[in-house]
Amino acid sequence: MEDADILFGIYCPPHPQPLLSPDASEGYAKLRQAFDTCRERIESSDADLIIVYSTTWPSIIGHQIQAHPEPEWVHVDDDFHYLGSMPYKFRMDVDFAECLADSAKERGLHSRTIAYEGFPIDTGSVVALKLLNPDNRIPACIVSSNMYSNRAETIVLGKAIRDALAKQGKKAVAVVVSSLSNRMFTEHIDPTEDRIHSSKDDEWNRKILEFFADGRLEDLSQLSREIHGQIRVQKVVAYKPAWWLAATMGQHNNYDGEVLAYEALHGSGGAVVTLTPSSGSFGDKEFDEDDVEFYHGDRDVLDKGML
Amino acid sequence: MPKGEIVLGCLAPHPPHVVYAENPEQNEPTSEGGWETLRWGYNRLARKLKSIEYDALVIFTPHWQTYIGTHFLGLPEFKSKSVDPVFPNIFRYNYDIKVDVDLAEKMREKASEHGIITKMMRNQDFRVDYGTITSCHMLNPDWDKPIVTISSNRNAHYYSAEVMNEQAAALGRACVEAIEESGKKVVLISSHSLSHRHFVSESPLPEDMSREHIYNHSQYVWDMKLVDLMREGKMKQLIDILPEFTEQTIGETEAGGLTWMMSAMGYPEYSAEIYGYQSVIGTGNLVAAWDPSSVTREIVL
Ligand SMILES: [Fe+2]
Repeated sequence: MEDADILFGIYCPPHPQPLLSPDASEGYAKLRQAFDTCRERIESSDADLIIVYSTTWPSIIGHQIQAHPEPEWVHVDDDFHYLGSMPYKFRMDVDFAECLADSAKERGLHSRTIAYEGFPIDTGSVVALKLLNPDNRIPACIVSSNMYSNRAETIVLGKAIRDALAKQGKKAVAVVVSSLSNRMFTEHIDPTEDRIHSSKDDEWNRKILEFFADGRLEDLSQLSREIHGQIRVQKVVAYKPAWWLAATMGQHNNYDGEVLAYEALHGSGGAVVTLTPSSGSFGDKEFDEDDVEFYHGDRDVLDKGML
Repeated sequence: MPKGEIVLGCLAPHPPHVVYAENPEQNEPTSEGGWETLRWGYNRLARKLKSIEYDALVIFTPHWQTYIGTHFLGLPEFKSKSVDPVFPNIFRYNYDIKVDVDLAEKMREKASEHGIITKMMRNQDFRVDYGTITSCHMLNPDWDKPIVTISSNRNAHYYSAEVMNEQAAALGRACVEAIEESGKKVVLISSHSLSHRHFVSESPLPEDMSREHIYNHSQYVWDMKLVDLMREGKMKQLIDILPEFTEQTIGETEAGGLTWMMSAMGYPEYSAEIYGYQSVIGTGNLVAAWDPSSVTREIVL
């Protein structure tokens, strides 16, 4: 099979300030500028499709894929409702969504497309698509983040996306919507006084950004469990964005990385980063965990009399 | 003005499946039923509520998750469509909800006095969460009483289940002060399942009851432990072991609703009314109520 064509990847934050209140602080304005730079790069690329994996769209029934051709609503964030509403109308690549659902099933994942009027598209996806693709010039595909899934499932999901791209011969930009450190301040703050919640979070974020700048995406993928333990609030079982992005982009370290902005968003680490496949390699780390091609589900150790 | 009071506390789980199974006109998808043990229990509790005089339903919901304080709905009416992000195939509900903004503001004020970070939600485009809608629909399908919705601050994520317990208890104490000062008769609703591990796949017909069972026996045993304590009227003891329950069963109690309600009701030492227990897509769901009046309190099941 022909290989998948990912033109470049983007890592960007989910919170709505860069969209709704970019002028409230210098940091938010810089994040907004970085989003704008990414938008221009997408516009000048010949991408056929934008694929979004958003950590603010949790699912339970396997992996959900947005497949309404023109989802339209007015979204309001649970915490930041006072910053304003986010009316949206997007254009989805329904053909690709269906192909991806099939490709995911072929790799053992439970997956389904979602196409309902009024379906609540999450804050992260709305912010990313409104800023990166405001005129819907390119159709998009949004995939959920299953709250129980761990590394194997997430890696296999990335590979299923590559399968679907190869099948359809489409060129894509892969967008992962996630904070770095995700601990926010638990009180309302003056945006001009926003900062990363702690020095520890800041130091870890900067280390991660060094990896990004060096194009070492697969190394970050291998470090995901450590990152989860160190700087992620334990809302879900694992830090999955680097797994997803690395698997979707081909599991290597050969990228030109560019950190366009790194700023605090109510205490969390907001970074806009691009990764473009290149020929030079930083060299691979020795990988500790097995690669996985097919998802076999839970191992059901209790049912097999192993205790 | 006479002092306001809590006239009933309800544990009201919100899997959208129960609304789907009831086939109300507000919900777009239709079903062949399902989850009767839970629904019939709910129906009976709804009949009891009809016989009680009250002014408002106050609901604490896990599906309005806030990390920056506790938020309260702060506009008199919300009218829109709620589509469940996880089960959109079974829940697309057109709602028209009236809010008791005075009571919500009083609760916010009291919570703030107790040192809790608070915010009124005054964006008219805001969509009311499906937890609120499901629990309120099942308890009061006529929607003839105003509600107050309180968001769940995710202390369990940011700190620990123990800290969540403490903060939810403080919120409960603040809310009961607000209720007493308001002079209103109020029904409290804690909207959540008990054990909360889901199956990650769904049968082709979601209401196919031949496929429904609890996720595993450990979840069931823990759920029954809680039911026993409720029957025995040991709510303080129950709340004390709640952090462990939450951790062991991935309990939806993590949001703090039960702690909030029990704290507001002074940790009842009388038996809870048990209306029904059933699994929904593997999670453990109990409908129960605490009636402060020994005259109307019943042994239901
Ligand atoms: Fe829930």
